[in-house]
Amino acid sequence: MLHKRARLLLTAMLVLFAMSFMTVSAQDDGVFRVAAVAPSATTDLAFSQSMYDALLSIQAEMGEENFEFVFQDGTFVVDDAAVALRDWASSGEYDLIIAHGSQFGSILEELAPEFPEVSFAWGTDVNTFGLDNVFAYTAAAEEGGFINGAMAGLLTKSNVIGVVGPIEVGDAAAYINGFVEGAASTNPEAEVNVVYIQSFSDVPLATEAAQTHIANGADILTGTAQMVVGPIAVAQENGVLWFGTQASQAEISGEVGVMFQVYHWEVVLSDIIALIGEGTMGGESYVLTLENGGLVMDFGQAVLP
Amino acid sequence: MIAEIFTASLFASTIRLATPYLFATLGETIGQRSGVLNLGLDGMMLMGAFFAFWVAYLTGSLILALIVAILLGALMGLVMAFISVTMQAEQGISGIGVYLFGLGMSQLLFQKFIGTPRTIDGFPKIAIPVLSDIPVFGEIFFNQNFLVYLAFALVPIVWFVLQRTNFGLMIRAVGQNPEAADAMGISVARVRYTTLILGGILASIAGASLSTALINTFQQNLTGGMGFIAVALVYFGGWRPTGALIGSLLFSFVNALQLQISVVGVGIPAEFAVMSPYIITLIALIFASKRRDKPDALTKPFQRGGA
Amino acid sequence: MKTTSRSAFNPLKEIQLRVWHLVPFMVTLALAFLAVSILLLLFGVNPIVAFQAMWDGAFGSQNTTAETLVKATPILFVAIGITIAFRGGVVNIGGEGQMIAGALAGVAITLAIGESIGFFVVPIALLTGFFAGGIYGAIAGVLKAYFDVNEILSTIMMNQIMVQLMNFLLNGILLDPEAGVLNNIPKTARISEVAQLPRLSVVFGSFQLFDRTRLHWGFVIAVVLAIIVYVLLWHTTIGYRIRAVGLNIRASRYAGIPVERQIVLSMFLAGGFAGLAGVVQVLGLNYRLQTDGSPTGFTGNAGFNGIVAALFGYLNPVGAIFSSVFFGGLLIGAQQMQRELGVPASMITAINGLIVIFVVSSQIFVKIARRRQMTDALPEAEPILETSVEDGMTT
Repeated sequence: MLHKRARLLLTAMLVLFAMSFMTVSAQDDGVFRVAAVAPSATTDLAFSQSMYDALLSIQAEMGEENFEFVFQDGTFVVDDAAVALRDWASSGEYDLIIAHGSQFGSILEELAPEFPEVSFAWGTDVNTFGLDNVFAYTAAAEEGGFINGAMAGLLTKSNVIGVVGPIEVGDAAAYINGFVEGAASTNPEAEVNVVYIQSFSDVPLATEAAQTHIANGADILTGTAQMVVGPIAVAQENGVLWFGTQASQAEISGEVGVMFQVYHWEVVLSDIIALIGEGTMGGESYVLTLENGGLVMDFGQAVLP
Repeated sequence: MIAEIFTASLFASTIRLATPYLFATLGETIGQRSGVLNLGLDGMMLMGAFFAFWVAYLTGSLILALIVAILLGALMGLVMAFISVTMQAEQGISGIGVYLFGLGMSQLLFQKFIGTPRTIDGFPKIAIPVLSDIPVFGEIFFNQNFLVYLAFALVPIVWFVLQRTNFGLMIRAVGQNPEAADAMGISVARVRYTTLILGGILASIAGASLSTALINTFQQNLTGGMGFIAVALVYFGGWRPTGALIGSLLFSFVNALQLQISVVGVGIPAEFAVMSPYIITLIALIFASKRRDKPDALTKPFQRGGA
Repeated sequence: MKTTSRSAFNPLKEIQLRVWHLVPFMVTLALAFLAVSILLLLFGVNPIVAFQAMWDGAFGSQNTTAETLVKATPILFVAIGITIAFRGGVVNIGGEGQMIAGALAGVAITLAIGESIGFFVVPIALLTGFFAGGIYGAIAGVLKAYFDVNEILSTIMMNQIMVQLMNFLLNGILLDPEAGVLNNIPKTARISEVAQLPRLSVVFGSFQLFDRTRLHWGFVIAVVLAIIVYVLLWHTTIGYRIRAVGLNIRASRYAGIPVERQIVLSMFLAGGFAGLAGVVQVLGLNYRLQTDGSPTGFTGNAGFNGIVAALFGYLNPVGAIFSSVFFGGLLIGAQQMQRELGVPASMITAINGLIVIFVVSSQIFVKIARRRQMTDALPEAEPILETSVEDGMTT
């Protein structure tokens, strides 16, 4: 069809005469530029938000004139993230490129060797693929999980605790395993029921899981990933206590919020930025812990006045 | 073990969970009976969910939220009708376009005007006096929120409209044989516009039931594909309101069941548990009643003078 | 099939017909961009800059063009399959699930064979993927043909079932043995070098095309297959039968065509191509199978987009080539818009929806134009999604 052929021709022409993209090297104007891609919304009260908040806090610390960042959220399709990462890498404009999501690891494995002059970081993992321009970061989520679980074990009256988990991987699994251990340590009698709903985002299913827990006697709930919004609402509705992780859910959980393990990636980021400044482009892996200040326990309204 | 699993609250959950499916499926049934496929159902649900939540969050009035949802639904139905009936667009794709638009728009507006997830006080449970005191059954059937009651009440109403009113007759005629209906003087376009507007209203209420009654919050992609399941349930239900009821209940029951089983701790791998509603529905389909009222003109735009 | 007009081939009329298609399409596109501009303005984004970014993102450089084609590849495979299905009278919404089935089977056999037979593992893997997707599709076909289970319903269900099965396998027996204790997203081991589809690039002295991009031979395979399927559908007996059943089941039965078997065959082929989409993604792009935990698993919605691309291509495999590239450009370009201007991902989705709605609404003008061109009225058979008979265009 003519118009479609015309389009193809035009495209072919563009391709044939394509200029190579601008090769601007990472600009030497003293401004540190970061590009990050994340799988969910910056307002997800969980994984993506934690990184976004961290970048904002670094910016506040270093000043807007010294630190700029772009953040592509909602990119859960691995392929699309690959496009973004490659685009940023080849533009040469960024000092640090962050792939925030363990599903992006395989992209970096391919991409980083092609752009040795660019520094990459990804999480949550510890694997730097033996490359010297890749940093890795993760969170010892089981630590906060243990604390939450221990508290839950002490606070529960019905001795039934409900956990709503996404998929049994990564820091979600770590948190939940820590939680279960923590509860057992303070209250071996307590029954901790764990449901993995097989999705990070299915809010209705998470909500129903929470309801089911309560129907089975749970008086404390916890969970992780961005679908926890549903269970939090259920907790509020039923006066059931809530423990959270990844970000502070104090505001949304209101009166039933007890404790939250908050990720402070900026602890890791400032270290990475400093290393890049000294010429080290990668090869280090980081773990957020309570000890290094990467994990901080925040309190909800159930505890604070 | 059995008593642990099949508790009263399991059935109460089933009833509650079926509500959005019921609204959406009934609305889609009406539309499909008149010959129009609305694949954008999920997008309409999301828009309804967001706006209802927003109004409830801003004003605290659930009734107002519901009214806004109804008006919005009518508007969306109107737009869908324009696309499918007047512009005669390919109904499958235009539906997907509407879905994408609803999905993106609801999230966009949420990010812009609300920002972080919040919760509201949704429709409270209303215990029907006397009936709710009946042991077991009272808890299951007569202690639910207003929208649940509304959804179930709609089933006989929709049946009545379709089977016993003139309008229902016109709907069925238009869906079965638009040329003949047109020859008899029925305005095919007007009937389809009406059914789609009704469908849009019900879709919007379905979404509202999620954000203001069942979950009491809004997040991106709150429905997670419920609308598409609802479209499938229309086929499952044989284009009949009673079928929609059975389909919605069956699907929610298996969903509630797999959650209950996971909590109680029977050792089924989580993936299979989540799979189960779909498998069961599929199996049920194979043995389901063969009587089908599939509207022959489904998805075919009507053009006077022969398409 | 334009039986009468084929015998009187009038080049002038042909060109006139094509131009007729062009005008309303352009008008609608303009309207679509207008609507999108309004949306952008409402959120404080400059539409001109936005569209510039979109074009840059899609075709602005070799790298982005390559990414567009890479995005288009699985969409095209699925679209080819959907075209066969729709032409055969079945509505296959199961592209997602069939794609996963193909990828699972393909990666399993690739890992199992390893390096033992060199690059012959590639055709074996492709065939395995095709058959796996095909069988999964055929199940829905059998359910429809012999149990009267509507295929829209069954394929939607089967999508979800397959996603969960994939999660199960990737977390279980297919899990990468090298995945650390700090377990990550479920994924398989990396396939060996010999199994990887080579990257597609041309370097000739100082001239280079698509060098250092992710474009791979999968795209070429898809295009070649599209042409082959076109020939199959319109120039072979098998294709004739498929289309006959799609147009009029009753008449086909009278003509002695075994309708039930044709339906299963159509679903098998449709599923097969979707399965190819999956295995090609593994062999050509990612070199492993991994899921991101979302409902669309690893497909990135290609199963869905393939349906739209098939319909945009007027249910013609060759048309699907162009519509798939268009779609790929739309999706990739939109992300560039997102990156450059900070436009949130949700707006991109809404914009995609708007464009789809507008483009699909423009068909009415085409229909009116066609109706005027038709000198002989063809009998109105039972189209599935209003594909009128004259859509069997001979490009």
